[in-house]
Amino acid sequence: MKIQPDFLILEHHYSDEQIIRIKRERTLTNMLKKIRTVFAIIFFAAITLLFLDFTGTLHAWLGWMAKIQFLPAVLALNAGVIIFLVLLTLLFGRIYCSVICPLGVFQDLVSWINGRRSRKARMRFTYSRAKNLLRYGMLVLFTAALAAGIGSFVALLDPYSAYGRIVSNLFAPLWQWGNNLLAFFAERIDSYAFYKTDVWLRSLTTFIIAAVTLVVIVVLALRNGRTWCNTICPVGTVLGFISRFSLFKVRIDAEKCKSCSLCARACKASCIDYKNHSIDHSRCVDCFDCIGTCTHGAISWTFRFRGKSDNTIRTDEGHAGTTADKSRRRFLAAGAALTAAATIKAQEKKVDGGLAVIQDKEIPDRRTRIVPPGAMSLKNFYRHCTACQLCVSVCPNHVLRPSAGLDTLMQPEMSYERGYCRPECTKCSDVCPAGAILPVSAEEKSSIQIGHAVWIKSNCIPVTDGVKCGNCARHCPTGAIQMVPFRGRHRYRGGHSEDAGNDRPEVFIPVINTERCIGCGACENLCPARPFTAIYVEGNMVHGEI
Amino acid sequence: MKSENNISRRSFFKTMGAAGLAAAGISACGKGSGDGHSSPETVPQGQMTYRTNPTTGDRVSILGFGMMRLPSTGGKSAREGNGDIDQETVNALVDYAISHGVNYFDTSPAYCQGFSERATGIALGRHPRNSYFIATKLSNFSPSTWSREASLEMYHNSFKELQVDYIDYMLLHAIGQGGMDALHGRYLDNGVLEFLLEERRAGRIRNLGFSYHGDIEVFDYLLSKHDYYKWDFVQIQLNYLDWKYAKAINDRNTNAEYLYGELSKRKIPAVIMEPLLGGRLSNVPDNIVARLKEREPEQSVASWAFRFAGSFPGILTVLSGMTRMEHLQDNIRTYSPLHTLDDSEFSFLQDTATLMMQYDTIPCNDCKYCMPCPWGIDIPGVLLHYNKCLNEGNIPASSQSENYRKARRAFLIGYDRSVPKLRQANHCIGCNQCSPHCPQGINIPKELHKIDAFVEKLKRDTL
Repeated sequence: MKIQPDFLILEHHYSDEQIIRIKRERTLTNMLKKIRTVFAIIFFAAITLLFLDFTGTLHAWLGWMAKIQFLPAVLALNAGVIIFLVLLTLLFGRIYCSVICPLGVFQDLVSWINGRRSRKARMRFTYSRAKNLLRYGMLVLFTAALAAGIGSFVALLDPYSAYGRIVSNLFAPLWQWGNNLLAFFAERIDSYAFYKTDVWLRSLTTFIIAAVTLVVIVVLALRNGRTWCNTICPVGTVLGFISRFSLFKVRIDAEKCKSCSLCARACKASCIDYKNHSIDHSRCVDCFDCIGTCTHGAISWTFRFRGKSDNTIRTDEGHAGTTADKSRRRFLAAGAALTAAATIKAQEKKVDGGLAVIQDKEIPDRRTRIVPPGAMSLKNFYRHCTACQLCVSVCPNHVLRPSAGLDTLMQPEMSYERGYCRPECTKCSDVCPAGAILPVSAEEKSSIQIGHAVWIKSNCIPVTDGVKCGNCARHCPTGAIQMVPFRGRHRYRGGHSEDAGNDRPEVFIPVINTERCIGCGACENLCPARPFTAIYVEGNMVHGEI
Repeated sequence: MKSENNISRRSFFKTMGAAGLAAAGISACGKGSGDGHSSPETVPQGQMTYRTNPTTGDRVSILGFGMMRLPSTGGKSAREGNGDIDQETVNALVDYAISHGVNYFDTSPAYCQGFSERATGIALGRHPRNSYFIATKLSNFSPSTWSREASLEMYHNSFKELQVDYIDYMLLHAIGQGGMDALHGRYLDNGVLEFLLEERRAGRIRNLGFSYHGDIEVFDYLLSKHDYYKWDFVQIQLNYLDWKYAKAINDRNTNAEYLYGELSKRKIPAVIMEPLLGGRLSNVPDNIVARLKEREPEQSVASWAFRFAGSFPGILTVLSGMTRMEHLQDNIRTYSPLHTLDDSEFSFLQDTATLMMQYDTIPCNDCKYCMPCPWGIDIPGVLLHYNKCLNEGNIPASSQSENYRKARRAFLIGYDRSVPKLRQANHCIGCNQCSPHCPQGINIPKELHKIDAFVEKLKRDTL
């Protein structure tokens, strides 16, 4: 229907036979955009779901989509993925930016919504010159930060991670509340299909950063489409550089081009210089929007090594269709390849019933941070982590959360006030795309020492209150804690401070065999002392093994 | 009949707070029966069975209202969580009970976190004083209330809370808990029991008795002094499971058969508590439901337990802690009038008890005497969740069990639903403050640790 006026124009210039051929060509090229859109939606939805699904069920099926993200693959030294992405770009240009990168697709989505308002809004773009100084400058800074190990800066700029943060901080709570509502109803009909999950703010700083990122991205996308990708994004800059040499490119046929500016006004990458019939391929993200807008059939996505003469005779000869066919076939093949890759004081009881108030636990002042089994060491972890928050959103025990330190800002760390690193769970190591947490099995995990427990006598209730406890020892999965009689000075509830007399019951205190402790935090989490526990875990700089 | 129904319906509706309850009440008492358009079950009026107290001649309804499980604004029993008592619903329940012939109300200064007496006083204060009997207790949970002064304060406070100038039935609360030492410390050595005898003579206490759990030595001792104390009544735990199996369930408990026998020998009227074991005789495994329903398809599972308790002639009243209108209606139905068990039904229930003994149910009656746990654990919540899963067949024996996956999910998700994570069994440090308060003598830390170990195995998939 939209094409109608085009054909009216065509009819004045071409014969019937030509019109049929051009029509066919037009449909084929229009197919390109449809295919791009379909793939983009699939990837975008899947990656978004990865960050939303706190049950960890989807990750077995879709986890690879996070692993083919560019920066995580680079940090994971995942040669296969890097080679694949470079080849993909060398062949077809920045398809990555339009299909695989969730932040890219998100911007397209925002831009599309804005364009729905009117034709004027849809055609709101103009050509601008490449901001080379800015984008290469950012790339240099980014590389320097990467080399220097300033993870927070790297994390700030990486598009995949930025998107992950937005979803896990801003969208995931909505998803979880929705789930909790379903769980509420499920409970009432005695169904176990849904269960309630805790919705809590893991880090205010990260939340704010995510919110600011979202606002910036949305504003940029609303106004100018892909500004972020072509001026700030280091992945865009690298892929843009490569795509200069790509075999397939979007081209303008100067002979046919009437310099009407339609394509440039539809180009969200602002990379079409219609006056000179040229396209800046370092900024073109292969969205194929321009092809459909051209009423003269002057724009096509074609193979590099076909001379200009080819284009001129194409209108006369019949093989343009076959070229398009071929490119389509290749595109589909690429698509196929893509898919294939891939302390309370005891209250005296007088009446029955009621629940004692439970004070919240506070985070102990750990000298060394704790990072998950599979991270190898703090250094390795923070060098590789892109702060995408995938592990944070999938941690079922609410152990992982973004850290606050300036150099590791937003990169996760562990703490045990809400749960502990349960022995059967390896979710974070399963999902990490960046090699910050290498895959470990549950068996391997049970022998990896990520930290060691430390006892704080002044908080331990057998010492302070003279009661029997031993909850830490009872729950230690490696049997690293034993209860031994306390021979030191007591400080009982009554306030006496004396050596254990005969009249007092013997109290037992925990002793930790550091050699067997893996730092899982069961003891810390289940210690009854509040707000600061009597036993807590200090991280190990380099993880050990029992 | 018709007009009587209308009146009760109107007065009932007037005082009704909760709309849901109103609907249930109207449909149950207003509609006629037998047309097949709805359940023929009606709540009869004016047919309540009464028993006569030999000493005072009180005509006491066989159904007594236990004010221990009052509803809270949260919609559950007031002892769950820290919600306030739902006074409007309490008023509605009490009005309904009185209009259907119930006239015995049993409370204590300790119930519902100490607010039961006040709620009872408010609800009953709206009725003529001679239309009901009040029972309350001198409770003994904390040694800080054991002094003579503190005891008298508790005693006088009961009058104030209940808005009365005499108490119909006064009990020493849960004697037997803590053995002879506790009896001496709490009631004998400080002269408190003598004081109560004095009060009885003065007429401020019309009947004096005690409630018993635990050490049988205390029970036997107090009965041996019957000639002196002249007990007007004694409150005991009696139901078809405890009749012959109380000792088998827990060695420190005594079979109800013995307790009742001792009382009837001395012609002391018995007040029955835990006729339903806190709902455990209503929420039973499926095959028991089938067995009971096969014999009486139109009677509730709970009705068997109430008929059992009421069938003994020496029983004055059977207490039931009715949180919901449906409980009250069902019990009124059972007792209006009471059809006593015949011999075959009696032995049928004894066989049922034998069957039930095969289940590993934890004998928790949800009385919440163990609460509050100083470490914040919801003890009855954990134990009842375990029992529920047991009844529903969701305690798999091993990971090879047929329904393992389903049962595991039901147990773990249901656990988080029933009990918040921070109040679950893994936080039990084993301080054992709870166990001495348990009328059923459950070794609570042991059970909690057992459940915790089971949960751990489920979570790790190593069952």
